[in-house]
Amino acid sequence: MINREKSVAPVSLRHESFLDTVRKSRLLLLMLVPAVLYVVIFNYLPMSGIVLSFKQFNYRDGIFGSPWNGLDNFRFLLLSGKLLSLTRATMLYNLGFIIVNTFLEVTIAVFINEIACKPFKKYFQSFIFLPYFISWVVAAAIVQAMFSYEYGAVTKIITLITGSAVNINTDASVWPALLIMLNSWKTVGYGSVIYLSAITSIDPGLYEAAELDGANKWQQIFHVTVPNLLPTIVIMTLLAVGRIFRGDFGMFYQLIGNNGVLLRETDILDTYIYRSMLGNSNLGMTAAAGFYQSVLCFVTIVAVNAVIKKTAPDYSLF
Amino acid sequence: MKMKNKRMQWDRATLSFISYFVLFVFGMACLLPFLIVLTSSFTSEKALLRNGYSLLPAELSVDAYKYVFTNPIRILQAYANTTLVTLIGTVLAVGIATMTGYVLARRDFKWHNGFSFFFFFTTLFSGGLVPWYLMCSSYLGFKDNYIARVLPLMFSVWNVILAKSYMKGIAFEIIESGKIDGANDLQIFAKLIFPLTTPLIATLTLFTALSYWNDWYYSMLFISKQPMQSLQYMLQQILASIQAMKQLAASGEMATVNAADIPSAGLKMAMTCVTVGPIILLYPFLQRYFIKGMTIGAVKG
Repeated sequence: MINREKSVAPVSLRHESFLDTVRKSRLLLLMLVPAVLYVVIFNYLPMSGIVLSFKQFNYRDGIFGSPWNGLDNFRFLLLSGKLLSLTRATMLYNLGFIIVNTFLEVTIAVFINEIACKPFKKYFQSFIFLPYFISWVVAAAIVQAMFSYEYGAVTKIITLITGSAVNINTDASVWPALLIMLNSWKTVGYGSVIYLSAITSIDPGLYEAAELDGANKWQQIFHVTVPNLLPTIVIMTLLAVGRIFRGDFGMFYQLIGNNGVLLRETDILDTYIYRSMLGNSNLGMTAAAGFYQSVLCFVTIVAVNAVIKKTAPDYSLF
Repeated sequence: MKMKNKRMQWDRATLSFISYFVLFVFGMACLLPFLIVLTSSFTSEKALLRNGYSLLPAELSVDAYKYVFTNPIRILQAYANTTLVTLIGTVLAVGIATMTGYVLARRDFKWHNGFSFFFFFTTLFSGGLVPWYLMCSSYLGFKDNYIARVLPLMFSVWNVILAKSYMKGIAFEIIESGKIDGANDLQIFAKLIFPLTTPLIATLTLFTALSYWNDWYYSMLFISKQPMQSLQYMLQQILASIQAMKQLAASGEMATVNAADIPSAGLKMAMTCVTVGPIILLYPFLQRYFIKGMTIGAVKG
């Protein structure tokens, strides 16, 4: 996180001329060259490609030669209702992930902290981190092993109990819940570390005081641990909210792919933009959707930062 | 008083029980799927088709692995190029991130805030996927070129920020003493600061290496030549083609292959094991560094 610290530089710095600084810091500037070049080429130069959003793109004329078409791309995306439903889906999925993951991460962290048996704690902590380290490609293979209609291990158990099971490859309605579950499966174990380290830094004196006041273990959790975790929870949630319009492309793409039946319930901005970039020839419209998402993300993160700046200035991003 | 003590003991016991129970259930939910994949890969195709994937193999068999290793060239190639890309990419990425972080952490450098924001702004706003893709494919020649697998993951602003805040925690006096001894800025970095950043280097190395190792996205976007594709992308392709092969064989369009001859259900699991196996074996040794890394990242600010 960037903290613009109040200038601690010696007074002399302020009167340095441009050339003086270049001469004095030439080695430092030289060390910045690779990173600056990288960012210019891969981040700043492509920003000029935003003009595509306002053009009727054709490959013959290229990015800058193609004819302008004003706001037609945006108008079409909006009128078709596509943009709104994709935005809604992206936001709702992320909201689901944030709520469920935060709840589980805090719960798991609180309970891990209560476990006295060291080996048990060690082994099970390794188990819950495991899914974090695999790619979504492998995770998708595991999902098949568990949930595939013909052979899935979990499907078999569900069939035994209820007599029937859903086919996840054709039934779109199960996916919102399934995606939230899989997202938790992959990230909660690792995400709990941050809360666990916050718990260990709570002043033990607070627990002693609570115990003297007659608070039992459960009361200590609800009246000491959780209130002390609240700042961390709020900050982590706000940071996640700042990215609420940016979907997890890897997860959605590997689990759903191009399965048209499922896309009805599971298409998000990122997967839509990817598919239409490689699939159709209207690159201008795809760029417009991407630009729209970038602006949305920018506005959200700036707003979130403003909120953090008001409530907990130490944690603000910029 | 005695009553109260008993009560408290009871509360302690229930809390303890629930804690063990919750962690046990969640831990098993994370571990069992991996075990099921493993045992299924050693189960005969007949048993798989009859019972589905399960934790206990009804009939042991290594047929799926035999099938995988009848033509191992593609797997070996993917392993080789992914290892190489991971090594080179990680060295470059960690070098650039620490070097850049060092410069931005030098508070006697007049423009350190300006440059910090120059980098940070790219995390707030971007041109979107399409302009970036056109830049890479039309102007930088990413198509079927290994740079497409190295460059996109080589620089991350978050790593720079991590490096910067870590180095800010190192006493500025060290830099000043270096200056007094006549060392230049590069020497101060290489000889004085760099050796003090071992935990930072370990964290950056592990996370960067993991993202290179697990990458399939940039192969999917830019690499169409099979021998150059990454390990994870190869797995994705093979899983998809097993599915397609099975459907083709079942519909009778492939006269030469009999649907029952391809151990497709087991093959998928064996392929998955072959791809994740080594990283899972390394995992117990790496895990604690990852946890340390997470907390290094968390206490920055």
